[in-house]
Amino acid sequence: MPDAAPTYLQAIRGALEAEMAADPDVVVIGIDVGAGGGVYGATRGLLDRFGPERVMDTPIAEAGVVGAAVGAAMAGLRPVVEVMYMDFLTVCLDPIVNQAAKLRYMTGGGVSIPLVVRTQTGGGRSSGAQHSQSLEGVLAHVPGLKVFLPGDPRDVDVLLRAAIRDDGPVVFVENRRLYNRRAPDRDDGWEPLPPGRARVVRAGGDVTVVAWGRMVAEVRRACEDPRLAGVGVELIDLRTLVPLDLETLVASVRATGRALVVHEAVGEFGPGAEIAMRLTEELLYEVEGPIRRLGAATAPTPYSPPLEEAALPGAPAIADAIHAVLTG
Amino acid sequence: MSDADPDVLLEDLRTMARIRAFELRVARLFRDGRIPGFVHVSIGQEAVAAGVCGVLERADAITTTHRGHGHCLAKGVDAAGMMAELFGRATGTCRGRGGSMHIADPRIGVLGANGIVAAGLPLAVGAGLAALRRGTGAVAVAFAGDGTVHSGAFHEAVTLAVLWRAPVIFLIENNGFAEFTDTEAMWRGAPLVERARAYGIEHAERVDGNDVVAVRRSAEAAIAACRAGEGPALVEAMTYRLHGHFEGDAVAYRDPEEHARWEARDPIARAVAALEAAGRGAAAAEAIALADAEMDAAVESGLAAPYPDAESVLEDVHA
Repeated sequence: MPDAAPTYLQAIRGALEAEMAADPDVVVIGIDVGAGGGVYGATRGLLDRFGPERVMDTPIAEAGVVGAAVGAAMAGLRPVVEVMYMDFLTVCLDPIVNQAAKLRYMTGGGVSIPLVVRTQTGGGRSSGAQHSQSLEGVLAHVPGLKVFLPGDPRDVDVLLRAAIRDDGPVVFVENRRLYNRRAPDRDDGWEPLPPGRARVVRAGGDVTVVAWGRMVAEVRRACEDPRLAGVGVELIDLRTLVPLDLETLVASVRATGRALVVHEAVGEFGPGAEIAMRLTEELLYEVEGPIRRLGAATAPTPYSPPLEEAALPGAPAIADAIHAVLTG
Repeated sequence: MSDADPDVLLEDLRTMARIRAFELRVARLFRDGRIPGFVHVSIGQEAVAAGVCGVLERADAITTTHRGHGHCLAKGVDAAGMMAELFGRATGTCRGRGGSMHIADPRIGVLGANGIVAAGLPLAVGAGLAALRRGTGAVAVAFAGDGTVHSGAFHEAVTLAVLWRAPVIFLIENNGFAEFTDTEAMWRGAPLVERARAYGIEHAERVDGNDVVAVRRSAEAAIAACRAGEGPALVEAMTYRLHGHFEGDAVAYRDPEEHARWEARDPIARAVAALEAAGRGAAAAEAIALADAEMDAAVESGLAAPYPDAESVLEDVHA
């Protein structure tokens, strides 16, 4: 009997452990990552194996910690910093946006910044507006940052290890509502793909749906909606927002003629707008209707469960949106 | 300065004269419209850059500020490359992508001037941490202005450096002004050196930043403490910004008497006088003449250099 496939969370820990074992310059830094094992347990056991010099607890000082990690990356380490919630990136945007993202360019290629900022999001658990926001569109808007957002536990391993080996800064966005998910037991044709390659996780000829993170699973659920019976939905897990695999998206939409982008980030000025526009630029005269997007309601994430459910894109709303794209 | 080693003082004078010659040309060329953007020069503050970087090894790191030309030159960045960078040329230190506020040459430990006040402090702490973890024996110097110390980044950087016992020297160059505002007007608490001690920085001192001999001695002690594993150090160098915040600043906020007092304490004039007293006046004059000639040549080669190819605009966005 083979061991059960690792969960999404176990895959994070496994990738960190493997990369730390492979390269002594890889260090893990963050609030509660050492003795505490990480607020969700992603770094549990690393302190025992690698010691406090490589698994470093820090004070609650994200701007200083991420700034120091940028400097350490310039000086030869490969830090993996945990920023506990994606919302907290806003208190350390200077080292991410003005330093990590820009320094390579500003120095004419003189410096490399092999930095990974691991963070997590995941609305739908009444965490309140300051512990729930998906900010990947903000990050992707900053030239120089790469943005990885695995939705499949198997992609966690591939993408986190690639992020650590990348010579530039990567923001690695986990979704806490996926932490306990495992890959399916059956063979679904999964094979490793590098960053910058989207994955067609469900083939279909009628409409292309692009998603990432937890929304991939949510779109799968939407496909079970009776109104979509017999509809060939082609679901693409983008996996990385930067680099963006426009080629795979264009090929799919060229074949289906219709497309929808679904994300947990709010809709207005969201990443779906950029993806829809890029597809439109390529395929304006080939599509059979407008390319649409579905994001969260443009409001701070509400606390009350029914309000939050109304704000986030769930399977029924996604099914509605697919239906609208098919008939629009 | 009377008991200084004249050979060492002469070396520091060379560095100061090179910085002064560079900055005077930059100020003039900016006024004449030959340099785009904005520039912040360090005229009057050269002793800090020369005295500190004179003690550093090639492998040691520095981070600096928008007013960083002097620190970069003193740490060994090629002057012609820097001048070409200010002109936005392809042969510039950063291939024309950085400009005055972003000179960097990581091969010699210059991790960059920085346009964000206080941003260089955590970077230096990280460089110190990397040196510690990799066992290189190097130290990192964070050059920063007096305006920096009120920012959250200063608090966080110092907190982490003390916690990690990182070999970092916080070199606070107090030039009297935080942009247009009198430094004294923006703080009502204890003096900086006392604050540093309260954070747990044992090696903290204030020094006359216009006396290159004193700066060098202070830097030697701070760097030695760092190399000995005593954790971070802080030096507050008291100096004065003889020009405005940026070139073109009308400096309406400045007291002319105060300016005259500090002009009389010009670090270069003081070093020259000390060398003359030691019978090395001719060598001092030669150092200044050589610096002028070097910077004239840097201007000439910089202005003759090509601009970057427009097609290269997307190069080096990603590793």
